[in-house]
Amino acid sequence: MLKTESLKYSYGNNQTFDFPDIHCDAGSKLLILGKSGIGKSTLLHILGGLIKPKGGNVYVDNKNLNSFSGAQLDKFRGANIGIIFQRNHFVRSLNVIENLLLTQKFSGEKTDRNEALHILDKLDLGHKIYNKTEDLSEGEKQRVTIARSVINKPKLILADEPSSALDDFNCEKVISLLEEQAQAINAALVVVTHDARLKDIIPNQIVLS
Amino acid sequence: MNLLKLAWRNVITNPLNLLLSVVLFALGIGLINFLLLLNDQLKDKFDKNLAEIDMVIGAKGSPLQMILCNMYHIDNPTGNISVKNAKPFLRPGHPLIKRSVPLSLGDSYKSFRIVGTNHSILELYNGEIAEGKLWTGGLEATIGAAVAEETGLSLGQQFVSSHGFDDELDMTHDHASFTVKGILKPTGSVLDQLILVPSAAIWEVHDHSEDELDVHGEAEEHAGHNHKGDEHHGHHHQEHDHSEHDHHHHGDHDHGGHHHEAHVHDNTIEDLLSHEDKEITSILVQFKSRTNFQALNMPRNINENTDLQAASPAIEINRLYSMIGVGTDAIRYLALLIAFVSGLSIFISLYKSMRERKYELSLMRVSGASRSNLLVLILLEGLILAVIGFVVGIVLSHVAMQIAGNVMSDTYRYQFVAWEMGKNELVLLGLSLVLGAVASIIPAIKAFKTDIHQTLSKG
Repeated sequence: MLKTESLKYSYGNNQTFDFPDIHCDAGSKLLILGKSGIGKSTLLHILGGLIKPKGGNVYVDNKNLNSFSGAQLDKFRGANIGIIFQRNHFVRSLNVIENLLLTQKFSGEKTDRNEALHILDKLDLGHKIYNKTEDLSEGEKQRVTIARSVINKPKLILADEPSSALDDFNCEKVISLLEEQAQAINAALVVVTHDARLKDIIPNQIVLS
Repeated sequence: MNLLKLAWRNVITNPLNLLLSVVLFALGIGLINFLLLLNDQLKDKFDKNLAEIDMVIGAKGSPLQMILCNMYHIDNPTGNISVKNAKPFLRPGHPLIKRSVPLSLGDSYKSFRIVGTNHSILELYNGEIAEGKLWTGGLEATIGAAVAEETGLSLGQQFVSSHGFDDELDMTHDHASFTVKGILKPTGSVLDQLILVPSAAIWEVHDHSEDELDVHGEAEEHAGHNHKGDEHHGHHHQEHDHSEHDHHHHGDHDHGGHHHEAHVHDNTIEDLLSHEDKEITSILVQFKSRTNFQALNMPRNINENTDLQAASPAIEINRLYSMIGVGTDAIRYLALLIAFVSGLSIFISLYKSMRERKYELSLMRVSGASRSNLLVLILLEGLILAVIGFVVGIVLSHVAMQIAGNVMSDTYRYQFVAWEMGKNELVLLGLSLVLGAVASIIPAIKAFKTDIHQTLSKG
């Protein structure tokens, strides 16, 4: 499902990253560990097609991300890759369910309100669907973010430090939710983190150095 | 959830920004449209009331004042002229003059002007009778449509005129009360605002006021006055009063075929001309040919060779336009300035929100939105602000027109139309859209260029 070949990235002259090749099948999980500044977020952005690598290729669902033009890549990403960022951002003017529907809309899919309600229900957010996102607690925001990342049934889910702000209890809960949701749609789940707690949860690991 | 709906939600999510942008935009558009409405209507009024009048003759003074007074009924008379001096222009058969209408001003009822004149005034303004009949003699009045509506006067009712044009001064002519004999159809011209009475009625009312003596006895001499064509008989009874009831005493003097009521003053031009000692205020003149050289020189000849003053309405009104023009230009620049500032406020509010919204914009990109989607989204937000501002501004301008119309209809003798769509409003809509687009293009380009990697790495 996800495959990379000799990815490289550099910021100016002083920082050059050479990333190990990555492979992750549909329905399986991969943990990418590394210290701060090692290029974890950069790698995740390359995998998600947010930036183009300076060298190498990324294949998602057997399609080379390099082969897409800008708008095509946006569409492909919207439909096939769900991304969870370190911090939770939402479209502020919209309520919880509208944020999900907008995500559906931008991916080019038909908006399916029932699907969105179903996912929010599963994530225990059924009573918050009309809330403004800024009124939610951190835990709820995290769950909405997860809901948003799976709403389009992507083939690949990328999570950037999903647990760094959470205590042990919530950390475990969020990761298991994420696993559940990825499992349910048979998506490959790639988690990038420096959080050592996750080592015991996701056995399949790559360490950046 | 499409882009338009999203843009709308984004616009209303920050009510204070929305309010500021809309208020400024509405002020600019509203002020511009109000000026255009006012300008159109005033121009329309002035043009309608030009009534193809080529020349106004009156007493020496300000020509503009004379025009405003006698054609628009919004200023005081420059004075009066004697029938004797006016005679050459009123007498039928002048080679250059197609139509001349004598006017006697000076009285009013509830601030509507009473105009002593004959039926030829109706031809100037295409006046037609709606109810009753036209004024003929004595103290008969035919009133304009607006007069009837505003004063509530109806057929057969009597009213007492007051001296001058200001209703607040208590200068009622106690003796003479006019009787409403007819009501005119609305014409859209100043005619709607006038009370038309026989020329002689003005003299009668004033003779009473000026000389309280009852001179019925002596009046007999002049009362057998229907010496049509006898231009000299007038001086025999200069001092005499012309009131209607005089004639009950002198049936014997009556000349064959004339009815008592009718012959007192039958309001014919001949009757008017026979009273050389009397005064009128002005004459409205239409030439036979507007291009005739002699006709065009007539005002100058009159001004140079007589004690009268003649003026061309077209010239004077153009002079007025150019004088007022300076003021309206200033307001127009002010309105454009406000429109510019309102565009600027939309720009600033959108630009500022770009900074606050860069994460959510990046997020939309992650969800599959293209750069162009974001560009369109921000443009739509600017356009929505502009359209709301436009709509509010147009409504404001009509409200202002309504208020101004109420205030000015008395002063300007004109019913303003407040709720009719101005012909420039579509142009203004176009202008608003352009302004909204221009104001939002830079923020939109900024959204287009958002570096999602940079933004989300920092977030």
